[in-house]
Amino acid sequence: MKERGTKMLAKKRPKYLNLFEIRLPPAGVASIMHRMSGAGLFLMLPLLIYLLQLSLGTPEEFASFKAIMDYPLVKLFLIIVLWGFVHHFFMGIRILLIDIHIGVDLPAARASAIFVTAVGVLLTAILGVKLW
Amino acid sequence: MVKRIVVGAHYGLTDWLAQRITALVMLVYTLILVVSLLAGPSPSQESWRALMSGSAMRFASFLCILSLCYHAWVGVRDIWMDYVQPVGIRLLMHALTLLALIGYAGWTTQILWRL
Repeated sequence: MKERGTKMLAKKRPKYLNLFEIRLPPAGVASIMHRMSGAGLFLMLPLLIYLLQLSLGTPEEFASFKAIMDYPLVKLFLIIVLWGFVHHFFMGIRILLIDIHIGVDLPAARASAIFVTAVGVLLTAILGVKLW
Repeated sequence: MVKRIVVGAHYGLTDWLAQRITALVMLVYTLILVVSLLAGPSPSQESWRALMSGSAMRFASFLCILSLCYHAWVGVRDIWMDYVQPVGIRLLMHALTLLALIGYAGWTTQILWRL
């Protein structure tokens, strides 16, 4: 019995999931987007720090900051980065709440995941239109 | 009663807690920044510089950037641990991530503190 159990374990691990076959629940989608947005924000850090430097620099640097921000492609790109921040931000609050045992049960966790994903998109759309 | 033999480096709980504390610091900082920008005068470079050069704000910004780098370190390291299996490449990615984040922390601090 014991030997059989060990064999079964050995057979089942590691487990490879076919990403094109599995269907993630809303919390899973929100969670992988939390990871992807986090990775994206990390990759964008040098650009964001550079923009911060220009915005706080000499008047000439500020002028070039404004000029860079006027490119539609830069705006579009920064709105995607903004989405990453907003999603990561609200998903982070969701995780902190779950840590203190708020919204742990399945219906609540499912609803909050859908809520966070929707807020991320909606708030980004509103801010994006305002900032354009 | 199940007796578990715990093995490993035991940094899991510390990192888990650090991820939460740094998240809270950034959460509060974001709220302060948003409220200051909304309550402040119409945006100009002078008002932006004035906001960021206040000593309380400077302190908060410094805490936020350190939190961000620690937070990013834990998060990005977890990504490498999950997806990069060859040990050599993974260690290289860990080192590059750490060095980049230390550099970003210094760079941002210099931007904020010379104001």
